[in-house]
Amino acid sequence: MTKFSADRPIYTQIIDLVQVRIVTGVYLPESKLPSVRDLAVELGVNPNTVQRAFSGLEQSGLVRCELTSGRFVTDCVQLIKDVRQKLLKEQTEDYVKNMRHYGCSSTEICDLVCLCAEQTEATS
Amino acid sequence: MTLLQCKELTKTYEKGSAPALNGLDLDLERGKIIGLLGPNGSGKTTLIKIINGLLVPTAGKVLINGRLPGIESKKSIAYLPDKSYLADWMRIAQIVDFFDDFYADFDQQRALSMLELLDIDSRQVFRSLSKGTKEKVQLVLVMSRTAQLYLLDEPIGGVDPAARDFILRTILTNYSEEASIVISTHLIADVESILDEVIFLDKGKVTLQSSVDAIRSDKGKSVDETFREVFAC
Repeated sequence: MTKFSADRPIYTQIIDLVQVRIVTGVYLPESKLPSVRDLAVELGVNPNTVQRAFSGLEQSGLVRCELTSGRFVTDCVQLIKDVRQKLLKEQTEDYVKNMRHYGCSSTEICDLVCLCAEQTEATS
Repeated sequence: MTLLQCKELTKTYEKGSAPALNGLDLDLERGKIIGLLGPNGSGKTTLIKIINGLLVPTAGKVLINGRLPGIESKKSIAYLPDKSYLADWMRIAQIVDFFDDFYADFDQQRALSMLELLDIDSRQVFRSLSKGTKEKVQLVLVMSRTAQLYLLDEPIGGVDPAARDFILRTILTNYSEEASIVISTHLIADVESILDEVIFLDKGKVTLQSSVDAIRSDKGKSVDETFREVFAC
């Protein structure tokens, strides 16, 4: 069962999770998404919650629904890139906010990021 | 038509004692998984037993599909009691046969395949099973019916966390959109993500009926945290 954070609705967390799967290529452009029931069982959540998340994803255009054959990831690669950019920016903003909490300056943050990035490059 | 309606439901077990249910009003729709939550002695089991026709209310009434509890309502309600009521000398396979004879909506194949998935040998005598395995068998029996209303009284209390996840998955896979499931439990954090809606019961009354997502977006807190706040001792 997937663990969800306590401070916001579960359906918004499912939207995030599906977005991450789309931008990281777990779900490829134009590919078929799992059914509501299958995703609900996989994540251990109520099917109505998954339904609500899918509606949100359809509104943003990232997912399209075909009446008889199910839901598909958009074929618009640009849109996927935009969503990826948005998610990366959010993650970075959170990180920077955290570092500011420790009283870090901009150069300090950049130096640390470069240092860690080089380290992971060396190991991978 | 509303699946379940309770109107000013009151139950007093003994004259002069505090009522277990105190003028409770409740409407339940189809197609939902509902958590029935409340501290010990708030009336959860009493409510479930009245809906099932096992107890008679002192005042008020309960309607299932617009009718009072009776033979018809029992055909459409699958009930998991808080205690075992099965004949414990029977083997699991015999109990499955018994249910198959008894309930027209029982799916024997579904029951057997769930038992297999849970790695439970159906040749075992019920009495010889551990507490957790007994609970699993009873849940399998209940979820193998194609009912309109499932009433599960503490379905995950006695099983380990891994089996808990399996049981919640079993509930998710087996319910249909026309049915509703009511789960009474203290283990809110474990069931929260599978619920549509929660009902808070306190001193025999409904104090809150709300969707899980509404609680989370209004309060910025999980149902579990909200419960701890509302019922803090």
